[in-house]
Amino acid sequence: MSRIDTTFAALKQQGRKAFVAYIMAGDPDFERSSEILAGLPEAGVDIIELGLPFTDPMADGTVIQRAGQRALEAGQTLQRTLDMVRTFRQTNTTTPIVLMGYYNPIYSRGVETFLRDATDAGIDGLIIVDLPPEEDEELCIPAQNAGLNFIRLATPTTDDKRLPKVLQNTSGFVYYVSITGITGAAAAEATDVGPEVARIKAKTDLPVIVGFGIRTPEAAEKIASVSDGCVVGSAIVAEIAEGKPASEVLAFVRSLSDGAHRA
Amino acid sequence: MNDLFNSFMNGPDEKGRFGDFGGRFVSETLMPLILELEEQYEHAKTDQSFWDEMNFLWKHYVGRPSPLYFAERLTERLGGAKVYFKRDELNHTGAHKINNVLGQIILARRMGKSRIIAETGAGQHGVATATVCAKFGLKCVVYMGAHDVKRQAPNVFRMRLLGAEVIPVTSGRGTLKDAMNDALRDWVTNVRDTFYCIGTVAGPHPYPAMVRDFQSIIGKEAKEQIMEAEGRLPDTLIAAIGGGSNAMGLFYPFLDDKDVGIIGVEAGGKGVDDKMEHCASLTGGRPGVLHGNRTYLLQDDDGQILEGYSISAGLDYPGIGPEHSWLHDTGRAQYVSITDAEALQAFTLSCETEGIIPALEPCHALAHVAKIAPELPADHLIIMNMCGRGDKDIYTVAKHLGFDMGDTEGR
Repeated sequence: MSRIDTTFAALKQQGRKAFVAYIMAGDPDFERSSEILAGLPEAGVDIIELGLPFTDPMADGTVIQRAGQRALEAGQTLQRTLDMVRTFRQTNTTTPIVLMGYYNPIYSRGVETFLRDATDAGIDGLIIVDLPPEEDEELCIPAQNAGLNFIRLATPTTDDKRLPKVLQNTSGFVYYVSITGITGAAAAEATDVGPEVARIKAKTDLPVIVGFGIRTPEAAEKIASVSDGCVVGSAIVAEIAEGKPASEVLAFVRSLSDGAHRA
Repeated sequence: MNDLFNSFMNGPDEKGRFGDFGGRFVSETLMPLILELEEQYEHAKTDQSFWDEMNFLWKHYVGRPSPLYFAERLTERLGGAKVYFKRDELNHTGAHKINNVLGQIILARRMGKSRIIAETGAGQHGVATATVCAKFGLKCVVYMGAHDVKRQAPNVFRMRLLGAEVIPVTSGRGTLKDAMNDALRDWVTNVRDTFYCIGTVAGPHPYPAMVRDFQSIIGKEAKEQIMEAEGRLPDTLIAAIGGGSNAMGLFYPFLDDKDVGIIGVEAGGKGVDDKMEHCASLTGGRPGVLHGNRTYLLQDDDGQILEGYSISAGLDYPGIGPEHSWLHDTGRAQYVSITDAEALQAFTLSCETEGIIPALEPCHALAHVAKIAPELPADHLIIMNMCGRGDKDIYTVAKHLGFDMGDTEGR
């Protein structure tokens, strides 16, 4: 069982929904990003999504775009992101970390080398936005063979005909993108999301986690109540962008996780 | 009949690949649309009524066929090979871009899409898209890097006159690649009613093949015209490359004519060296994945995309169409680069010898013609694609030639 599977099994036993938090690795710089990362589990985060900075994040809104630029300007590289995770693992061996980003930095490093380094560093899964099932041979299948979970996005445009193809090589959990749009865009209504989650759950035993557009504890609670959990990204990254100290960012994360865990 | 097993014209495969290049590297939200587009395009391709509509508009709206013109004084000046220009700068809107836009807009109408989005660098693709949208009464939104909005002000005004909304893109560094990012962000948000009209032979499958097919009218005509003029095929084809759509359009019908040499000319900017002040993806980049396809890209050691630089906004893109990457790796085509300074010399050369004010993009092709023609025999036939006219570039050129245009602030 992967660290992600173990986490969901434990949550299920406790009757709790998952709270997933996204931060951009290296934003605003290596030290502060590492400090926030280290504090996430204590702030009630069940799974960490760690963004890989990329110059051309085509599925992201301005908040995450700028976070990536800040990280790159501060000298973040794929190697430094792996180093962050390695350091995190020295004190935490239970909270799963999923890398989320785009394919080119991984392709540039070489898939085989990357997978070896990522598993060594203690990464548990990958969400690569620009690798649909049609390109599974690139990274999805090699990643699963290397013992990493490959988490797929399902979207409102993923119709019933296509859904089995999306679910086929997915592991860990399914990330349901609640809107057609980019990160940080307008929120979806829980009343719309519920039936979509049910539609996906009818086809898979994997947990379904909902993301995009969730920015308050109330929204986290509502969305988590109709799914297996929720992801908050842009709202947390926006706090970091304001230059708040780690303690304040983590207090905000705590309010979000409390919201999700009330569901 | 071509030998199918050794043909260069069979690509892409069912996965949208030209060898290892191309593919469909897009987010899940877009994937169903890409598949629908592929299906609709495959259907249209074999539908005579689709091509009847294209041919009618190519003739009566665009002004095709464009002439194949013997550049006599240029040939004399260079003193070697016989140089022909394929005159796509004479098209309506002043460049080859409209060949492709017509095809995509007719397809969008068939698919019931009411809103068209496009990215543009120099503004030629944006103008062509705004033009065809005006003609058909479709809503048009053009994404253009804020930096390009400044240096191509006349085209911005044209697009607005034609009823398009021009959105200056400030994300990233505000150039063509950022405009493409924002167009993709728009598409992912407005998937249901919006058609993304891509201006070059790049992007996810089926775009590279579809745009090539629409632009191939250039090469088809050129082939017939050179047979008529000379009774034989040319020895060398030369075209400028940013994304590479005018080049692919000229090259494609000749790919299996093994005796025809093919040369693509990339923008060398200030020189192709480790300072990376150029846009020569093939000569100065390596394979990577961006904007839906795998192709040669300008990137750093960590896979971060670098900004290209060129005097020509139309070539200012860090990637290149995947089919070019494949033609490069297989050796079927040769790729070279030309600097800003060489392109400017060619600009003057075309004005002086032929009375043609060329766009800065084909000036790169012409500069390479000027380099090789003198060493070639008089019976060596070169066809160069004069893919755009230079009206839009006169401010830039004036600045470089030290000519005071008066009130040109902001350009």
